[in-house]
Amino acid sequence: MSLTFISLLLIGLALVGYFIARAKGRALTALPGGTARTGTAAVHSRPAYHGAFVALWVALPALALLAGWAVVSEGVIASRVLSTVPAATRPATQLDRDAFMSEVRGVVNGEIEEAFNPDANPAAKVYVATKTNYNLLAGAAAAALAALGGLWGYSRLRPDFRARTAVEKVVMWTLILASLVAILTTFGIVLSLLFESIRFFQKVSIVEFLTGTTWSPQTAIRADQVGSSGSFGAVPLFWGTIFIGAIIAMIVAIPLGLMAAIYLTQYAHARARRILKPLLEILAGVPTVVYGFFAALVVAPAVRDFAVSLGMTNASSESALAAGLVMGIMIIPFVSSMADDAITAVPQAMRDGSLAMGATTSETIRKVLVPAALPGIVGGVLLAVSRAIGETMIVVMAAGLAANLTANPFQSVTTVTAQIVQLLTGDQEFDSAKTLSAFALGLVLFVITLLLNIYALAVVKRYREAYE
Amino acid sequence: MNSAQVASRPPTDWASPKMRTRIARRYRSESIFRNLGLFALVLAASFLAFLLFTVVRDGWQGFLSTDVKISITYDPAVLGIDPAATKGPNAQAALQAGDFQAVMAAGVAKLGDEADTVSEGAWLVLRKQLMEDPALLGKTVSVWVPAKSTIDLLAKGKFDLSKPELERGVSDADVAHFNDLKKAGLLRTGFSRIFITGADSTSPELAGIWGATVGSLLTLFVTLSLAFPVGVLSAIYLEEFAKRNRWTDLIEVSINNLAAVPSIIYGLLGLAVFLNFLDMPRSAPVVGGLTLALMTFPVIVIAGRVAIKSVPPSIRDAALGIGASKVQVVFQHVLPLALPGILTGTIIGMARALGETAPLLMIGMRAFVSDTPVGLTSPATALPVQVFLWSDDVARGFVEKTSAAIMVLLVFLLLMNSLAIYLRNKYERRW
Repeated sequence: MSLTFISLLLIGLALVGYFIARAKGRALTALPGGTARTGTAAVHSRPAYHGAFVALWVALPALALLAGWAVVSEGVIASRVLSTVPAATRPATQLDRDAFMSEVRGVVNGEIEEAFNPDANPAAKVYVATKTNYNLLAGAAAAALAALGGLWGYSRLRPDFRARTAVEKVVMWTLILASLVAILTTFGIVLSLLFESIRFFQKVSIVEFLTGTTWSPQTAIRADQVGSSGSFGAVPLFWGTIFIGAIIAMIVAIPLGLMAAIYLTQYAHARARRILKPLLEILAGVPTVVYGFFAALVVAPAVRDFAVSLGMTNASSESALAAGLVMGIMIIPFVSSMADDAITAVPQAMRDGSLAMGATTSETIRKVLVPAALPGIVGGVLLAVSRAIGETMIVVMAAGLAANLTANPFQSVTTVTAQIVQLLTGDQEFDSAKTLSAFALGLVLFVITLLLNIYALAVVKRYREAYE
Repeated sequence: MNSAQVASRPPTDWASPKMRTRIARRYRSESIFRNLGLFALVLAASFLAFLLFTVVRDGWQGFLSTDVKISITYDPAVLGIDPAATKGPNAQAALQAGDFQAVMAAGVAKLGDEADTVSEGAWLVLRKQLMEDPALLGKTVSVWVPAKSTIDLLAKGKFDLSKPELERGVSDADVAHFNDLKKAGLLRTGFSRIFITGADSTSPELAGIWGATVGSLLTLFVTLSLAFPVGVLSAIYLEEFAKRNRWTDLIEVSINNLAAVPSIIYGLLGLAVFLNFLDMPRSAPVVGGLTLALMTFPVIVIAGRVAIKSVPPSIRDAALGIGASKVQVVFQHVLPLALPGILTGTIIGMARALGETAPLLMIGMRAFVSDTPVGLTSPATALPVQVFLWSDDVARGFVEKTSAAIMVLLVFLLLMNSLAIYLRNKYERRW
């Protein structure tokens, strides 16, 4: 009997409890003097709340028990299973025990036909038997708890019992718990990145990581291996990220996005705007992997041919320019919608004043609206930069993996995100410096995008408030 | 004194040639500026059009496949199937175990020189046919089986045959076989069932999109069932109940930043927490769904708060006034009115999750999965990841399959976004 099945059963029990208690609640209102808000026996809560109160008492304690059991069960079962293995061959270290248990689980799930370790096959039978027994036990305990909880909840139902208050307290706690998920996720990100990065910096010095200019993460698997010393100087990656995301992409996206926003807000007729704006939204909705495919298949060869026609002999088919151009186009809708917001927030009086003085529309835009909206636009551009440097698929597919420190847009450069994907999708043991370096790169990326976001959001917010 | 100066100045002669050129210049710069704006929009639109055009041009033939007609004898002796066993209750299992590769080899050999034109996985088609119709056992039938990728591409005219053999990527022998088969009427190109119903494969002619579609649906199911309740509940809490204090500010800052964290960071989180710390299975939709849920729920919270905020306070006051509790007000009056807005935001968030690739790569959903996933823990891949995997494949036939997969992905996204727009237009109320 699996835990999922037991949980479903409990929910069924809770439903039964709900209907019984609701019936009781209805019976309470039918008592003499209990129907109206008059008399001494007035019922405080509606029948549904009585039902919900009992249902919660049936389900919550039992589910909590099951959840606790689900967390500790593997450990308890593992120690039982290990105690049946003959003492002479019993795995000694924690690492060996984990390996042994995962082998046993593999046999049980049918992933492994015949275990490598001869002890694992009989242990698998013990595992199944223990697990079944213990799960039955846990199921029985949960059922008992559900019955107890239900009975206790039911015994409290009286006309003057404040079932609604009790149920609403649970609802409030659920709401608070749900909103804590955001904080938990943030902490989860920070802690997991920090934890792995610290392990990385125990192997590689943080100064070398942040200032070194050679990136070749191939660590030697054998000691005598040639050419894979493993050097973790991340400067070429930072440069590649900035070059593609903050320079080339922005050269494309800022003028196009800004002009598009100006045209949409100041010139376009309402009908044209209704067609053009969703068009930009479609551009924003195209998955990045599609842009990446397009960059690799269409744009990159075109860029290479262009470079060859310029007389470059070593033009690579993976170039910073191809990735940056496509990324810039991907960012256009983002810049445009931020600029749109900023320009429309400028008070109409400023625009009218300028026009009344005889300025043309374009003069008004260039000399009044854009300067007034500049903080908002800059904030939007910073958000766009943060988005571009965190973008992964386009650079993975079009920018290449060679860590060059070059300002030549026709050469291949690599970025932080492309390297993270590269480092974590190969077959590498989890503790190697190569794998851990991906988390250090992730930490740098997270910190930089976080700072950019906080600063940009603050700028945008202050700007909006200035005109409110 | 100032006014005297102004008064003493002669009125501007607007008709003077100097003034005229000045005005003409200003109007010219006005029209240039305006056209620049239009140009920017047209450029963005034409890029979109070009992208869609390229995808459709390369992709529509991905839905087609070329079949070769061969004559197959389902000889029980060659298959190693006991005819008696096909009547019993284990008939399907008995049929499944048959040696279809041998049967196919025998059938293909009859093609003679052109034997090398049939896909190596064509026996799967034979097995399916016999399992659907066991009466064929012992009979000789002619069957359309998938041709190998080169023949398929030749039939679709993907090679430039005027180039010399080494440059065009197809051998003279294949071209000769193709022409012979075509002359004999043994080839047909039609809608590919394999592409729509199959899962990933190493050969382009046998690769299908259904496995990845199911993987995506399972992943999105997990994402939706976690991110929607949590997102809506936190939006309610923040908008209706939370007191303004440092704790609430922390939650707000977290949510705003989580919505802007690069998606690959969520992949790292999933890898470190779900796979390495909690020991959950690699490549499983449940892990992908959890990771994407963490990424999607801030979007739902933000959309939910906007929707809840737009419900006018008079609704709350009225409900409170007739004696409802605060929780009743929120769940029975505010939430139903805010729901269309919340749903629109949710669908847009889910569409983003559907197109997301990077976090899924991190948690191992890039594995080669040749079966359609059956559960939340079976190995699976997702549509965008499939696009990425195929685009990386060197086999030439995968180019059109990649574009075809992109078309499928875009159709799903279009459907979701249209639903969101429909909901917004139909149910959203302006107060």
